Amino acid sequence: MIEALFFYLFAAVMLGAGLMVVVSRNPVFSVLFLILAFFNAAGLFVLIGAEFIAMLLVVVYVGAVAVLFLFVVMMLDINFAEMRAGFQKYLPIGLVVGGILVFELVAAMYGDAFSGATLPAASEISNTRALGNVLYTKYMYLFQVAGLILLVAMIGAISLTMRRRSGVRRQVIAEQNMRRREDSVEIVDVPVGASARTVATVPPGKRER
Amino acid sequence: MFAFQMADIMPALPEIFLAGIALVLVLVAAYGGETPRSARRVTRIAMGGILITLALVVNGDPLASRAFGGMFSADSFAIYMKVLVLLGTFAALGMSLRSDGDSDINKPEYSLLVLLALVGMMLMISADNLMALYMGVELQSLPLYVVAAMRTNSLRSSEAGLKYFLLGALSSGMLLYGASLVYGVAGTTDFAGIAEAISGRDMPTVFIIGMVFMISGLAFKVSAAPFHMWTPDVYEGSPTLVTALFAIAPKVAAISLLLRLSYGAFGSIADQWQQVLIALSVGSMVIGALGAIMQTDIKRMMAYSSIAHMGYALAGLAAGTVAGVTGVMIYMTGYVFMGAGTFAIILLMRRDGAEATRITDLQGLSRTHPLLALGLLVMMFSMAGIPPLAGFFGKWYVFLAAVEAGLVPLAVIGVVMSVIGAFYYLRIIRLMYFEDTDSPLDSKIPMANRVVLGASLAVILLFFAGIAGLLAAADSAAVALIVLG
Amino acid sequence: MGVENPVPELLHEYLPIAVFFAIAVGLAIAMVSASLLLGNQRPDDEKMTAYECGFDAFDDSRRQFDVRFYLVAILFIIFDLEVAFLFPWAVSLGGIGVFGFWSMMLFLAVLTIGFVYEWKKGALEWE
Repeated sequence: MIEALFFYLFAAVMLGAGLMVVVSRNPVFSVLFLILAFFNAAGLFVLIGAEFIAMLLVVVYVGAVAVLFLFVVMMLDINFAEMRAGFQKYLPIGLVVGGILVFELVAAMYGDAFSGATLPAASEISNTRALGNVLYTKYMYLFQVAGLILLVAMIGAISLTMRRRSGVRRQVIAEQNMRRREDSVEIVDVPVGASARTVATVPPGKRER
Repeated sequence: MFAFQMADIMPALPEIFLAGIALVLVLVAAYGGETPRSARRVTRIAMGGILITLALVVNGDPLASRAFGGMFSADSFAIYMKVLVLLGTFAALGMSLRSDGDSDINKPEYSLLVLLALVGMMLMISADNLMALYMGVELQSLPLYVVAAMRTNSLRSSEAGLKYFLLGALSSGMLLYGASLVYGVAGTTDFAGIAEAISGRDMPTVFIIGMVFMISGLAFKVSAAPFHMWTPDVYEGSPTLVTALFAIAPKVAAISLLLRLSYGAFGSIADQWQQVLIALSVGSMVIGALGAIMQTDIKRMMAYSSIAHMGYALAGLAAGTVAGVTGVMIYMTGYVFMGAGTFAIILLMRRDGAEATRITDLQGLSRTHPLLALGLLVMMFSMAGIPPLAGFFGKWYVFLAAVEAGLVPLAVIGVVMSVIGAFYYLRIIRLMYFEDTDSPLDSKIPMANRVVLGASLAVILLFFAGIAGLLAAADSAAVALIVLG
Repeated sequence: MGVENPVPELLHEYLPIAVFFAIAVGLAIAMVSASLLLGNQRPDDEKMTAYECGFDAFDDSRRQFDVRFYLVAILFIIFDLEVAFLFPWAVSLGGIGVFGFWSMMLFLAVLTIGFVYEWKKGALEWE
């Protein structure tokens, strides 16, 4: 009973938030609604006992992906009004595509088509442990390829967006530590009555930055 | 306690080796700096690694081919296709070695990413499981999105990368959605398991929908019409070296995956996917042939040409027989060498150091560069399917298989479209031989392009001599794919 | 409630979190609505304009972000995912043995190579 209550709560808030992602006027709000939707989806996953996926959703999607989206939205100089103009134009085709997907899901759920995939018997061990038991051994191949894909993402992101700016003064800690007293300080014996100009022996250009 | 034995890992040795080389190259690129010299060093090591991998692939034992609990299959079909992909990528990397080349692509990351994409292609070819399929596709696609946008100061290159990425992501989504439906019905992700689960059963509509979604997702990757929209823009916008790579290697991997999926997993319901493939094939042949006629840029023209080529290859796939698979393999063999040879010449289309890729820039090539013109002539004749060149044999076996499988209209459309397609190949020949120019292209021809062009020409001209051996190899590979599964 | 249906059992552990969320959301709603209902509200044109040192606003407050923020975020995601992979591994390390241990070490090695690349390229420096 209380489970059903929570299910409908999470599901309703998620659907509402999903709708707001699409229709809200400001893309920043869209991202915030997306975060709300992610949270509720995580709640749904907890309800069916998939704790690990719920945690992934919060840690990875809310914690990282949503932040990335936010940065991208702020990075792109989008004219919000202009972007909205296309909405009406693409609404019909969007509805058609969405309708097809919904139809397929309904057909799959209410037919007995998915009889082939039997749910594994709910075991005593938590699903995080169940996942760990196979992911690193039986499915080690896929796991390692995932590592390579992450590596590609890293290299790709760096090689596309990294640019060395010229004229930036970088801190080189090693150089700072290597610096000795003799390199920068000179003791000059100043005769009585001499002006500063006559005793300046180190030209300013030679001094280290 | 679970552990893979050595025998479970050894069939994947070439891929593991190549991935290891790629990891070493990441460090070389990190410590080597961004100079062109460092980029060339990375490219050389990568090419050496590819050669060793080629030796490992050829020496693989096609009988003990299963690895990682059946997710990975290195049967003789995989060996054949991997050799093609490795040779094609080797040629594409080799042509980037010119010292006066594009300064933007002179980044060590280029060869590195191409090498990782190559690992992905090999995993695609060997994928024998829905999850392995998806991981292979992603490992192949991600680096290619990046190299398409590699020229970061060019708007067109960034646009090409972005378009490729967005449509690629869409196709991955379709692939995943289809795969989830297929898994839902079959209850397993292994191709062999799926084949077992669906044989002799009346398939629910959901399964067919899932299968069509998967085929559509892969059709994006081979750029078959109506999923071809990205191809011309990406070919045109990417740096030419990258376009050359796109035209040579990734489609071989995608076609192999399509072959293994449709014959390995969905073999028993061939009549269901046949219609989809026939539609894809006809669409690609028509759009490829008609679209190319209007083009003025040779890179765009080659994009449509590759769409048409995929249409012909899919005609063999649609046949659903051993002969069809053999035909596709012969076709892809010719395709790799034609692509490499043609792009070896397109890469030379420069005027005063700047790229000149309009088709009219080829005017009078026979007078300024007679040998290049002759080379391009052979390539164009081969693409048009004129005997006794490689392109002719590919088309011949594909159409023969289609006719034998009772798909006579498909073969007829194919022949008609080949004739229409011949028009734009011959137009290039006319421009080269019967027009004159007063602004000749640059005359410097780097060694790498000579070697690639020479080797491709040799293969295409001597294809008829080796066809018997190729057929035997392709035939046994096709049998391994279909019968032995 | 027993072994045959372990899911509600699991949910009991979440009861404190549910109570916590209920209090947090309830408190937030109560505060906002109370100030909305109880406070004096007499808005006029001047009150509703944005305050910018007494002047009219010069331009939009939305500024284009530097692409470097994006780079930082994407590098964070990658290592976030790496950490996510570590959770099930840590939980089941006792059962998967030496093979599972080295499997993760290989995965970490690959990403460490990526990290070295990142470091050497200066992607972690802000400049």
